[in-house]
Amino acid sequence: MTDVSEAPLQNAVPTDQDLIDFVIREARLIDQQRFDEWLDMYADDAFYWMPLEWNQTDPRLTCSLMYEDKLLLSIRVERLKGARTFSQKPKSRCHHVLQTPQVDSRDAAANSYVTWTPLHYIETRMDEQTLYAAWATHHLSVENGRLKIKLKRVDLVNCDAAFGNIQLFM
Amino acid sequence: MSRYAGNSAAIRALVRDHEVHRDIYVSEEVFQLEMEQMFPNSWVYVGHDSQVPNPGDYYGTTIGTQPVLMVRHTDGTVRVLFNRCPHKGTRITSETCGNTGKFFRCPYHAWSFKTDGSLLAIPLKKGYENTGFEQSQAARGMTPVRHVHNYRGFVFAKINDGGLDFEEFFGDSLSSFDNMIDRSPVGQLKVAGGVLRYMHNCNWKMLVENQTDTCHPMVAHESSAGTVVEVWKKAPPGTKKPMAVEIIAPFMSPYEFFENMGIRIWDNGHGHTGVHHSIHSDYSAVPGYFEKMTAAYGEERAKAILGESRHNTVYFPNIMIKGPIQLLRQFKPIAADKTLVESWTFQLVDAPDLLLERTLMYNRLINAPTSIVGHDDLEMYERAQEGLHANGNEWVNLQRLYSPDEAGQTNVAVNGTSEWPMRHQFRAWTKFMTMGM
Repeated sequence: MTDVSEAPLQNAVPTDQDLIDFVIREARLIDQQRFDEWLDMYADDAFYWMPLEWNQTDPRLTCSLMYEDKLLLSIRVERLKGARTFSQKPKSRCHHVLQTPQVDSRDAAANSYVTWTPLHYIETRMDEQTLYAAWATHHLSVENGRLKIKLKRVDLVNCDAAFGNIQLFM
Repeated sequence: MSRYAGNSAAIRALVRDHEVHRDIYVSEEVFQLEMEQMFPNSWVYVGHDSQVPNPGDYYGTTIGTQPVLMVRHTDGTVRVLFNRCPHKGTRITSETCGNTGKFFRCPYHAWSFKTDGSLLAIPLKKGYENTGFEQSQAARGMTPVRHVHNYRGFVFAKINDGGLDFEEFFGDSLSSFDNMIDRSPVGQLKVAGGVLRYMHNCNWKMLVENQTDTCHPMVAHESSAGTVVEVWKKAPPGTKKPMAVEIIAPFMSPYEFFENMGIRIWDNGHGHTGVHHSIHSDYSAVPGYFEKMTAAYGEERAKAILGESRHNTVYFPNIMIKGPIQLLRQFKPIAADKTLVESWTFQLVDAPDLLLERTLMYNRLINAPTSIVGHDDLEMYERAQEGLHANGNEWVNLQRLYSPDEAGQTNVAVNGTSEWPMRHQFRAWTKFMTMGM
């Protein structure tokens, strides 16, 4: 299976299209349940943040739905493979529809790039299907010639609603 | 078809010494009777008074399924009012919480009420002259819940006039609240960090029972906590154990750990796990905290406060608290097969922020709709809600470590894997369901 942008970057400084392709590939890997490859898109010091509050600024002293480092993300990925992970028997599936990511800022000197991506996310298990609407903000940087996620922030439009299980990744 | 309404014998027959009938979980009629009988007869947690610090501050919630407001009256006391306009029934408040100023104003016809609920003004009042309006229920304003008790900041209310008074209802169990509050050097808690709201398609009592169910963690949470333990084994030797691992890994403790941790039983369905130790016992020390506690209480008392590691304290009917990490969960009944779980966190006033950070991490990792530990539990509840419809067996077994002489005993500590607390909750359930019938 071929994917866009799985090859190393052509140039030291990523183009806007490189950033866009990278963000779209991340969603694709989740939808295809290629979670090990997905995890590899994250820098070792990365965080995945899903705020609980509208316009939340603090992940430490305000609660979040998720604020997870790579260790916790890797635990999730391992758990999804587990023989006794009963909440994934049968497994969930998910589906992303992304608006084309916008490059909000690029700072080659600081090796820091930020994109903003409105999205619809569907998670389904057995007969239930749930639609979520969110904005994903990716903070990216280049490490060893490849883009990596330093921070992915997912702001749900209804972040403060009561949810049932959300088991995969937006 | 009415099988249980007005029939206390039929209700009592649902609870046997060591098993309960499935209708307790699946019958909508039983659920309605819980809302009409059991919740109004009980002291139900409403909220914490730090949510309404100033006069006019309000917070909307439910007692059972009854919509109520907790409000700080102009005299500084906390009142609880049914949240409907006495005129047409319109919900009075627009937001879940906020400040209403000196009075509530209904957005439909502008009737206004003081913050104790009494009627303040009605537009075109002349239209009610000579109508006998003064004798109407509407003229009395928003109906207050008459029995309200603020215990060191925790506000409880009882809708019915009958039943037990506050001290009799809770008895010695309030020591768990005391311990949670005393962990602040100034003996004060504040709601902080935001509330996690998690919808469960199961009966609310499945969650209550689960709080003292110590035979499920190493099984149901093998997927989450077991994976944490396995992944952590691969960390390079000498790596500092992260807070997240400290929090989740103890869920995989062996049966012996939970047997020895002990369970205490109090009257009226209250009780707690973790008499001797618990999954919260071995958290890393928080720099500067013990010094503050010693300065406030003296070393001996500080050690006694922090030496408690009560795991889950269940307050009948529908909350649990975790003293060592300042957390309160409320299991809000919506229907026989639907429950909203709210997980609230508290800041220890005048204690280091790292404690709140740990509390919030615990809440996020264990109680969020995105929590892998939460996913493990909800899967089991929902499977039970479904499986209970199987007609081959109509009973749920609660027999583990049952002894015929246990009924009536109180303030006893027993084996930590006993299902005594569940049997005990159902004895209270019968008592408050049939009270006054």
